[in-house]
Amino acid sequence: MTVKEEQTTTDVALENLLQEIEALHAGGYRLVQIGCTDLDGSYEINYSFDKDYQFKNLRLTIGPETEVPSISGIYWGAFVYENEMHDSFGVPVTGINIDFKGTFIRTDEKYPLSVTRRRGDRCQNV
Amino acid sequence: MPERIIVPFGPQHPVLPEPIHIDLVLEDENVVDAIPSIGYIHRGLEQLVQKREYTEYVYVAERICGICSFIHALCYCQGVEHIMKIEVPDRARYLRTIWSEYSRIHSHLLWLGLFADGMGFENLFMRSWQLRESVLDVLEDTTGGRVIQGSCKVGGVRRDIGQEKLDEIHRSLDLFDQQCRGLGDVFLNDDTVKYRLKGLGVISKDEAYDLGAAGPTARGSGVAMDHRETGYAAYGDLGFKPVVETTGDCYARCAVRVKEVYASIDLIRRAIEEMPEGPIDVKVKGTPDGEYFSRAEQPRGEVIHYLKGDGSKHLARARIRTPTLANIPPLVKMLPGIQLADVPIVVLSIDPCIGCMER
Repeated sequence: MTVKEEQTTTDVALENLLQEIEALHAGGYRLVQIGCTDLDGSYEINYSFDKDYQFKNLRLTIGPETEVPSISGIYWGAFVYENEMHDSFGVPVTGINIDFKGTFIRTDEKYPLSVTRRRGDRCQNV
Repeated sequence: MPERIIVPFGPQHPVLPEPIHIDLVLEDENVVDAIPSIGYIHRGLEQLVQKREYTEYVYVAERICGICSFIHALCYCQGVEHIMKIEVPDRARYLRTIWSEYSRIHSHLLWLGLFADGMGFENLFMRSWQLRESVLDVLEDTTGGRVIQGSCKVGGVRRDIGQEKLDEIHRSLDLFDQQCRGLGDVFLNDDTVKYRLKGLGVISKDEAYDLGAAGPTARGSGVAMDHRETGYAAYGDLGFKPVVETTGDCYARCAVRVKEVYASIDLIRRAIEEMPEGPIDVKVKGTPDGEYFSRAEQPRGEVIHYLKGDGSKHLARARIRTPTLANIPPLVKMLPGIQLADVPIVVLSIDPCIGCMER
C-alpha cells in the first residue's frame, strides 16, 4: 500500500528550539537531517524529522554570529550534521557531543559554502 | 585494566575504495571507542547549483556518485518537478523505475562482491561481480552509459526503450533471477559466511531508529522504512513492501541486500509488463520558485535533495543529505565491543559510499 508523504515547515525561535525538538523526540520522530542555507547575511537552518513518512521541518533563522545549542543531547547522531554545518558555513554550535572543532570536513578553504563569511562572493573557484 | 591505544583505520585501507578515517580506541584487541572523520575528498558540488542552470545541474547531481548516479538525478529532477508543478508522463515514471532498480541491483552486487572480498571469500567476490557485469550491460544497452546514464531530465527521461529491447530484457530476467538466487544462497546459507557475520556489529531496532539509520542498515535492524513505499516514480502503481530482517547484525544487513536484489528483479519484470505507451517527457517552461525536500530510496537508503529556487534560472540552494552520512552515527555505535579484526567487515556492512557523503 502506498503511503502518502506530507511535508510541513514551521518556524521556530532559538529559545524554543530544544523544547520543540525534545517534543518531537518524545513523539517518536527520527532525525533525518540538519541543513543550513546561507541567506547572504543570515543563516536558515532546517531541522528535519520523519515518522511514518510524515516529514516535519523546524526552521531556525539566525544571524551569522548567533550561537546555536547542539541537539546531540536529544538525538545522539546529530553530531555529524552539526559539525558539517559548522565546517561548511561557520555556524557556531555549542555543546556537541563529539565536537571536531572544525576538522570534520577537511577543506582547504574555511567555511567553503558560506556566502556571508566570504562577504557576498557566491561561488569561488569555478 | 589493559592499556588503551589508538589505531587509525583508514583513510587508505584495503577494504575501502574511498577514504574515510576512523580512530579506533583499543584495549588489547577489543574496540572500546571509535571516532570518525571525513572530508578527504569533499567536492562542494552543492555550491555548483549557483553556477549551473537548474536543467544543467542534473548532470552534476548524477555525478555525485558513480554507483547510485541515476537515483541522484531522479531525486533532483523530482524536486524541481514538484516545485514547478510538472506532471511527468507515465512511461517516463516506469522507465525511471526500471533504471533505478537496475542501479540498485548493480550497487548491491558490487557491495556483495566487496563484502565477500572483505571476508576473504574470493570466489564469491568474483561471482558477484560477474553477475554485475550483465546489469551494467543492460544499462549501457538502454542508456549508453554503464556508470553515468544521463537519461533522467527535468520533465521526464531522455531515452525510451523500444518494445523489442524490453521483451529481450524481460526474457533475460528469468536466467538472471536464477543466477542471483544461486549467489544469494551462498551469502544466506553458507556456514563460513554465517559464522563470520552472525552476531557481529549488532544494532537494535530502537538504536537504529533513534540514531537516524537509513536503508539496509535500518531495515537489517527491523525498521520497516523504505521510501519506495511513498510511491514515487512507478512504485505506487507496482506496489512495494520493504525487505526487513530483525537481528541487526552484519548477517541481517547482508540478507536485506540479497533479498532486495530479488525484489528489484521482480519490480523490473512487473514494470516491463505494465509499461504504458505514450510520451517520455514534457516541455519544461519557466524557472523554479519555491522549495521542496525531495526524497528517494538509494541502494544505501533514503537520499534527500533539498532544493530552493528564487525564480531565477539558478537554484539558490541545493542541500543533499546522503544515506552514508546518516549511517555514520550507527556505525560509531556498532564498533565498540568488537575485535579489531572484525572492524573491516562491520565498516563495510553499512555499505559506505564516501563519494556520496563528500558531495
